[in-house]
Amino acid sequence: MNGVHDLGGMHGFPDLGYEPDEPTFHHEWERRCFALNFAADSLGRWNLDMWRHAVERMDPVEYLTTSYYEHWLHAMETLLVEHGLLSPEELHARLAGDRAPATPSPGQPAALSAAQVEAALSHGEPAARDVERPVRFRPGDRVHTANLHPEGHTRLPRYARAKQGIVRDDRGVHLFPDRRAAGEHDAAERLYNVEFSARELWGNAAPPRDTVRLDLWESYLESA
Amino acid sequence: MATDDYRHAAPSLTDPELRVRALQSLLTEKGLVDPAALDAIIDVFETRVGPHNGARVVARAWSDAAFRQRLLRDATAAIAELGFEGSQGEHMTVVENTPEVHNMVVCTLCSCYPWPTLGLPPVWYKSPSYRSRAVADPRGVLAEFGVRLPEEVEVRVWDSSAEMRYLVLPRRPPGTEGMSEEALAALVTRDAMIGVAPARTPDAE
Repeated sequence: MNGVHDLGGMHGFPDLGYEPDEPTFHHEWERRCFALNFAADSLGRWNLDMWRHAVERMDPVEYLTTSYYEHWLHAMETLLVEHGLLSPEELHARLAGDRAPATPSPGQPAALSAAQVEAALSHGEPAARDVERPVRFRPGDRVHTANLHPEGHTRLPRYARAKQGIVRDDRGVHLFPDRRAAGEHDAAERLYNVEFSARELWGNAAPPRDTVRLDLWESYLESA
Repeated sequence: MATDDYRHAAPSLTDPELRVRALQSLLTEKGLVDPAALDAIIDVFETRVGPHNGARVVARAWSDAAFRQRLLRDATAAIAELGFEGSQGEHMTVVENTPEVHNMVVCTLCSCYPWPTLGLPPVWYKSPSYRSRAVADPRGVLAEFGVRLPEEVEVRVWDSSAEMRYLVLPRRPPGTEGMSEEALAALVTRDAMIGVAPARTPDAE
């Protein structure tokens, strides 16, 4: 979606806010929020692309004026409610101070146990898929990115749409976020690493030799 | 839609601490979350992963030419030789700085970052400032880190738009001949492996 999260090339945010020796988490709630997200994701009701899209669906002003882990909190609350694991009423009530305990629902997924954490983190979630797909582009091919403006999730940033580039590498077949975020958990396409000159992206004031590389799925690309 | 009703009717959402406590208690009571698992997750990310891992990869690449070749050919497998693998490091690519090319890594769309080798990203990497500027004005960002490169050097910015995760192999500093891997690793900073700074020189310590 053409959301405010798609920040590449925007002006107006000069201050990096570099903090030397910053801690991993600045507040206890951030630590808890990070861990809760991981545990909630492991319930298997949504995939990573749906999670990222939930962040993108935040109100744009809230997105820019809240801290990073507040984005994580928003995504988790949104997905828990949308996938029926928590009701808005339960959450309201608890926030309002209602201490009546909640109870498990029949058919709900099992919690990730402490014993499962190590294996889950070591294995991760590989995105590569060992499936046969024709190879449409080869390294050295000139390509043109599509002028896509989906309302749903995409990983083709606005700054790289309708631009000419050169394929530099074939990454193999990977899970495809645009369709996964819509619920097609196994959607996959061939992924390519594509080089764009800085001048192609930003105009002739850009340094002549600089480049930007993006990993782009086949349906984002046309032959040039 | 249910989530819209929830957003408009909820009590003030300005306190994330209250919201996190409410979620944790609800999810625990419902048996959807095990608090012991939360502690295990936090432990991994606060103590086990971090830039010290990536620094060891870089130090080995500087010290062992065969390892460096394996790292550049199949970074995921080479990094796994040192025991670093898994979540947000499933598909690694190491990009080598040379006299001709300086690499820099960003995720303009969110905050993608190679967790097993670098840990969780710093706030500045996830900021609108870095995300907006790294692709469009990398030399301006580098200048803030004290790095100025001639125009003949290609500044190559890798935007992490898929699950490939990038680690910069910085140039080995002068005056480090004969140093042990452990001593070399101490010169390799997180910022060098993101590509916004050079590795430290021995006399800088």
